[in-house]
Amino acid sequence: MAGGIKKFVVGCFDDEAVLFPAVKKVRRAGYKIHDVYTPFPVHGLDHAMGLRETSIHTAGFIYGIAGTTTALTTISWIFTKDWPLNIGGKPHFALPAWIPITFELTVLFAAVGMVLTFCYLCQLSPFIKKHHFHLRATDDLFVMAIECTDKTNDAEVQAFLQNAGAKEINVQHAETGWWIGRYDREQKLYRD
Amino acid sequence: MNHSFELPGSYKKWTIGLIVVGLITLLYGFIAYHPFEHAAHGAGANAGTRFWSVLLQNSVFWLLIVNASMFFIGVTTLAMGGWQVALRRVPEAISSVVPVLGIICFLILMTIVWGGHDDVYHWINKDVVAGDKILNGKKGFLNPVFFSVFSAVTIFIWWFLGQKLRSLSLESDKTGPMDYETGKKWINKNILWASLFIVYFGLSVGSTIPWLWLMSVDAHWYSTMFSWYTFASSFVSGMSLIALFIVFLKNQGQLEYVTDEHLHDIGKFMFAFSIFWAYLWFSQYMLIWYANIPEETGYFKIRVQGPYRGIFFLNLVLNFLCPFLILMKKSTKKNYTIITFTAILIIFGHWIDFWQMVMPGTLQGTGELMPFEFGIAALFVGVIMWRVGAFLSSHPLTVKNHPFLKESMIHHT
Repeated sequence: MAGGIKKFVVGCFDDEAVLFPAVKKVRRAGYKIHDVYTPFPVHGLDHAMGLRETSIHTAGFIYGIAGTTTALTTISWIFTKDWPLNIGGKPHFALPAWIPITFELTVLFAAVGMVLTFCYLCQLSPFIKKHHFHLRATDDLFVMAIECTDKTNDAEVQAFLQNAGAKEINVQHAETGWWIGRYDREQKLYRD
Repeated sequence: MNHSFELPGSYKKWTIGLIVVGLITLLYGFIAYHPFEHAAHGAGANAGTRFWSVLLQNSVFWLLIVNASMFFIGVTTLAMGGWQVALRRVPEAISSVVPVLGIICFLILMTIVWGGHDDVYHWINKDVVAGDKILNGKKGFLNPVFFSVFSAVTIFIWWFLGQKLRSLSLESDKTGPMDYETGKKWINKNILWASLFIVYFGLSVGSTIPWLWLMSVDAHWYSTMFSWYTFASSFVSGMSLIALFIVFLKNQGQLEYVTDEHLHDIGKFMFAFSIFWAYLWFSQYMLIWYANIPEETGYFKIRVQGPYRGIFFLNLVLNFLCPFLILMKKSTKKNYTIITFTAILIIFGHWIDFWQMVMPGTLQGTGELMPFEFGIAALFVGVIMWRVGAFLSSHPLTVKNHPFLKESMIHHT
């Protein structure tokens, strides 16, 4: 499932306040930011990086509608066609009694569906590995990976990042997609 | 900043127009409905019953929704909220109508209770109470003296505590920028008065006031959900009213620090509390439907299976389905036109909601929405516009020395 091996210039920042102007400068200079890895959600960074608005809420709405429909069709089929029961003399088609279950299924479908969609979009799953540009991105460093093309002069990019305030800069060849493996058992990287 | 906000001429024209229409309707009511003649509870045919029921519904509804603005200020103050500071003068202006509407509402309630209008509140008739086991049991709570004293105290406390919070805010305009210590003291004072207001709000709007003013129309019936349901109704309409004035002021080029982000948050309140209202509406309905006890189902019998069926379901469409579907997207909450449309829809919907709380109990089968209702509503809307306009044009529209103003200016959702 490899997305292909590409070359990256990686700059690590230790301050959010330096990262924001750096992102803006890099974008203005025309370099392509592959991604920025941060130890915590940084407010407004998506906007600064020019990422488009997520569509996950639309997906959530569709999952919710699917839950509502599933609940209403199933319950109405069971209680009016398949196995009608007399419960306290209520009509077989007892809509008010079904609303709580319809609500629960709507929420369940929307929530589970959105979590799974989110994991799929972020390529998160058990037994799946992805390349880490810097392990301290999960702790205290803001890591920006700039994708290089054939024409990119990586020395120039490194100097640019240096100017923008990066504390640590290196060049990596890395797999962009995911591959099968486990973080806890295997240390081997895809390109090895 | 904006020391010189002039109300546009069209606003004044609308205010005067609505008040004139309202007064003509009121005059018509006095002449055509003979409001001071006596009628038996539930007789329905008497036009005086309709007159007092409509006044009761409107005065209580509009009073509760302007008071909801002060609740909004109180809650955001207690939560140490900063985002609402840029628009804080708008709920302050709206809540400044509380004393006016409070007095009007109190006068109407007193006329009903002491004027012997037992066609509206049948528990005020001593002979009826004596021969009625249920009303006799509720006598300690549902009696004219307790009703009057509690109503008067409540309206006074709403006015007094609201006035305290408003004057704290207005004083800060004169004292100039605050340093850390003065700012802290000022915020603590706000928290003190806001917490007192919230506690009393919980005791009044959150429980007793809807029991006394609205639920006692059907004095035999009771529901523990009723006060919360009324509160949700008034709060969501209150937020809609705030949204309307924000859009109006933005279109006048005022409220320079209020951005789409603030409107987005107000829209979230309208969206969330529409769902909260529907949750309470359904909880109250389903429990009574499920248990099916005659003394409880009587309330819904006339509404769901009787002449109020259309209004009852229209209520659900206007107050739940429409706001839920319209305000679901982020972009609609930031759009002035859509927010204005939805806010008007919500206020109208909850006005209908209050209408169907009162009318089936007093008019029985004969209630129907007629121009008289709308005329009286116009009077109250006119009064609100008049008082809010007076507040807005006589005070700066930004609380410029509030310690949290910066937080509000850079607010981002």
